[in-house]
Amino acid sequence: MEESIAELRETFRSGTTKSVSWRKKQLRALLDLVNENEDSIFQALDQDLGKSRVESYRDEIGVIKKSAAYSLSCLDKWMAPKKGELPLLFFPAKAEVMPEPLGVVLIFSSWNFPITLALDPLIGAISAGNTVLLKPSELAPACMSFLTQTIPRYLDNKAIKVIGGGADVGERLLELKWDKIFFTGSPRVGRLVMTAAAKYLTPVTLELGGKCPAIVDNTLSNPSKAKVTAKRIVGGKWGPCTGQACIAIDYVLVEEKLASTLIEMVKKYIKRFYGDDLKELKSISRIVNKHQFQRLANLLKDPHVAASVVYGGSVDEEKLVIEPTILLDPPLDSEIMNEEIFGPLLPIITLKNIEESIEFINSKPNPLVIYAFTENETFKKRILSETSSGSVTFNDSMIQFLCDSLPFGGVGQSGFGRYHGKYSFDTFSHEKSVLHRAFYPELEPRYPPWTNFKFSFLKLAYAFDYFGLILLMSGFRKS
Amino acid sequence: MILSQKHPDSHALNTPQKLTLPHRHYRRRRSYRPKKSQNNVNHVMASEEEKKSVFDVESAKEVVKELRASFAAGKTKSYEWRSTQLNAMLKMMEENEPQIVAALRDDLSKPELESSIYEVAMVKSSCRVALKKLKHWIMPEKAKTSLITFPSSAEIVSEPLGVVLVISAWNYPFLLSLDPVIGAIAAGNAVVLKPSEIAPATSLLLARLAADYLDRSCIKVVEGAVPETSALLEQKWDKILYTGNGRVARIVMAAAAKHLTPVVLELGGKCPVIVDSDINLQVATRRIIAGKWGCNNGQACISPDYIITTKSYAQKLVDSFKCELERFYGKNPFESKDLSRIVNSNHFARLSKLLDEDKVSGKIVHGGERDEANLRIAPTILLDVPQDSLIMTEEIFGPLLPIIQVDKLEDSFDVINSSGTKPLAAYLFTNNKKLKEKFVATVSAGGLVVNDTTVHLAEHTLPFGGVGDSGMGAYHGKFSFDTFSHKKAVLYRGFACDAFVRYPPYSRGKLRLLEALFNGSFFSIIRALLGWFKS
Repeated sequence: MEESIAELRETFRSGTTKSVSWRKKQLRALLDLVNENEDSIFQALDQDLGKSRVESYRDEIGVIKKSAAYSLSCLDKWMAPKKGELPLLFFPAKAEVMPEPLGVVLIFSSWNFPITLALDPLIGAISAGNTVLLKPSELAPACMSFLTQTIPRYLDNKAIKVIGGGADVGERLLELKWDKIFFTGSPRVGRLVMTAAAKYLTPVTLELGGKCPAIVDNTLSNPSKAKVTAKRIVGGKWGPCTGQACIAIDYVLVEEKLASTLIEMVKKYIKRFYGDDLKELKSISRIVNKHQFQRLANLLKDPHVAASVVYGGSVDEEKLVIEPTILLDPPLDSEIMNEEIFGPLLPIITLKNIEESIEFINSKPNPLVIYAFTENETFKKRILSETSSGSVTFNDSMIQFLCDSLPFGGVGQSGFGRYHGKYSFDTFSHEKSVLHRAFYPELEPRYPPWTNFKFSFLKLAYAFDYFGLILLMSGFRKS
Repeated sequence: MILSQKHPDSHALNTPQKLTLPHRHYRRRRSYRPKKSQNNVNHVMASEEEKKSVFDVESAKEVVKELRASFAAGKTKSYEWRSTQLNAMLKMMEENEPQIVAALRDDLSKPELESSIYEVAMVKSSCRVALKKLKHWIMPEKAKTSLITFPSSAEIVSEPLGVVLVISAWNYPFLLSLDPVIGAIAAGNAVVLKPSEIAPATSLLLARLAADYLDRSCIKVVEGAVPETSALLEQKWDKILYTGNGRVARIVMAAAAKHLTPVVLELGGKCPVIVDSDINLQVATRRIIAGKWGCNNGQACISPDYIITTKSYAQKLVDSFKCELERFYGKNPFESKDLSRIVNSNHFARLSKLLDEDKVSGKIVHGGERDEANLRIAPTILLDVPQDSLIMTEEIFGPLLPIIQVDKLEDSFDVINSSGTKPLAAYLFTNNKKLKEKFVATVSAGGLVVNDTTVHLAEHTLPFGGVGDSGMGAYHGKFSFDTFSHKKAVLYRGFACDAFVRYPPYSRGKLRLLEALFNGSFFSIIRALLGWFKS
């Protein structure tokens, strides 16, 4: 392991990764990797998570292709130094901010989107000119295996490495010095990563999770909008990896009087999208492993929680499948309402007045996303200004993930730092400020021994009082 | 837990005392050196009173609780509150300049001009920039959307992080305290400022002025040393900005990790200056002197730490330094009023050790005189010290300037990069375009300046921060606002045009259509649609 990292450092030192042509070549190679191995990727995702082809394309293959293509098209622009404005006092001078790679970076990816969460940050790290070590999650073993075997065939081995293995490998990696660590996963492990990074003052980006709420107001009273809302909620809950996604809808907030409408519509679309036979659910992933399965099944064991199930609730331990399940008003102090669910259980919490949803959300740690289905502009403004989350999406779910111009990241317990699009490039770059000065003219007042004149001059200069300076220098102003 | 065990005095104070907030200033008992100023009496008297109140973890919790309540009540979010506070800070600096200058003279013997310009004027300038630009900074930024999310609109909204902690340093105690606080306020946060105990007069003054001028329910100053800082670090903050050294930075970041608190660390490093031969030597020398001894006598994170020049040019450079140093500070620099002193005896001892090391003591070519009683060390230049000497491995942070000689100037990049650490700043004096290009491309540092030193600090359109061992994150100007904000992405969608392709049951047709949508090409979308209709 130490040898691999030494090689990555050496490669970085040699400057290979800094050239735009190297970066573009790697990005194109990554595109080739994905294009030429789609079937293998489909198979690996099916094996690890039971993901269907459309879901795999939409959430993994398509995302990577789009991301790599976008980076390729923007890379020249991103790498160009940004000109800085300078005040007259500095004349003649030139200022710019130059992005430069950080060096050798470590990426930890998660198991729920094992291709996207590994390769999307990789795209950012490569675009920014770094060398990379990628540690995919061992909880998605087929995908990890795919990545460890395929990446070396397409990308520059000396600069981009993949390492398999379990938590022990992760721990050993954290004992070493990196120039950046990018982590996607749980807050618990996020703390460990940051604590380890502190030893070397390594900057980190932590993409964590949280309980992402969906607020639904009286747009439900409009039948066609209610349909779209219900579809998007169902699509935003069970669509991504059967709810095992950091941006999946965790729970829904709705007014009491509209709850039954919502539940009926959600049930309808669950049946239409996935079927209603536990043994024959279609177009939906499964739970990743026994441990997660047990965790989710246990959430339903609490008798008060079990009593609140209004749809679903059946589990198949052998196949690691849990039926899409709706709960109505489970106890607020139950585990299901305090831990991130990360699975196919959807609590619906009813409120007397939908405006109470703001207070409800604020009583919990900041989520990664807040979804709000509403057309009430005042309510939208309140949600934006009175809650805090990584991001907010109005009248839809999940789709903000695809928007390259929006920063994707958390705040508070949902993490810090961000990526996607140019933000990926920035997160793996150091923005170095560069100021070019000329030898002439010289400002004598800069230098001691200090006099009243110099003092006045500098005071006026720092206040950018050019007129005052002229008066001072021409003798019309006393120092 | 972190920095040290509980402060010994606090054992004696186990009888719980109700600590009333927010008007009390919490400080631990310090041992002061005898000071020449009038403030001496006040400090001694204060230390008796100090024994009675100890700022511990409970106190820290209370402070944070109060600030969280203020933040939750929305006090800090309005534009009015932010601009009122910034205006108040401006007024605070304008009305108290003599006191500020006096405190800096007490703590650092800082020359009046340095205090007025590098501390007061810079804080005022920072306030003015924030006031002028605040409305613009607060406005959401529109973001483009693509075909995939059509129809939609998007924006990025800046929101305050919440309750933030600023821990500042002793060398520019006003600037490094208030400049980050300006950013925190501009971004709408509640703030706790913990000034450095190594500059006690300014710490005391900051506490008093902040209580008098700023909104005490949202902005607090907590004085103290290791125990108080530890107590603060145990709390959950929404951001911590720390200015100081790498050792304590590691402690700060580890403490922040427990609460997943993002941090900005403004550290230091050995800032090198490469000096070419074909330049205006006098101007270059003066600018290096201004950045070195003119900045708190070398006790600044961006002061030139050491020089690299060619063997053939070194002597000329030394001679030029001797000449200009005398012009600036006179024959006997101990008599010059324009040089700060060394901050305290610890640092004096540290710097003396650097000079006394065997392999270095014989390399002094100018200066080297010391006055321990007055904590003065003359501007000192050393020539050709070994690379493995202490003075070349530790950040000097004082008035000693080693000059390293290389055969050809291009070798200087290897010297800099071989240190294995990235400094906060790096400087180059040259007229050679290729050398400039190589410098900018090869040397990694927080910031670079060509043909000058330190002035980039004053330019608010440039991000000021380190990389690697010199820190992470940046601030100044809008970067301060951004560093204390969360940039929340907002996507607005409507109910129309609901793409059926998103929903199960999935089919080959939907897969093809999705592929086409991701490609973003209309042609392939039409083809896929036609194909879908056919099948």
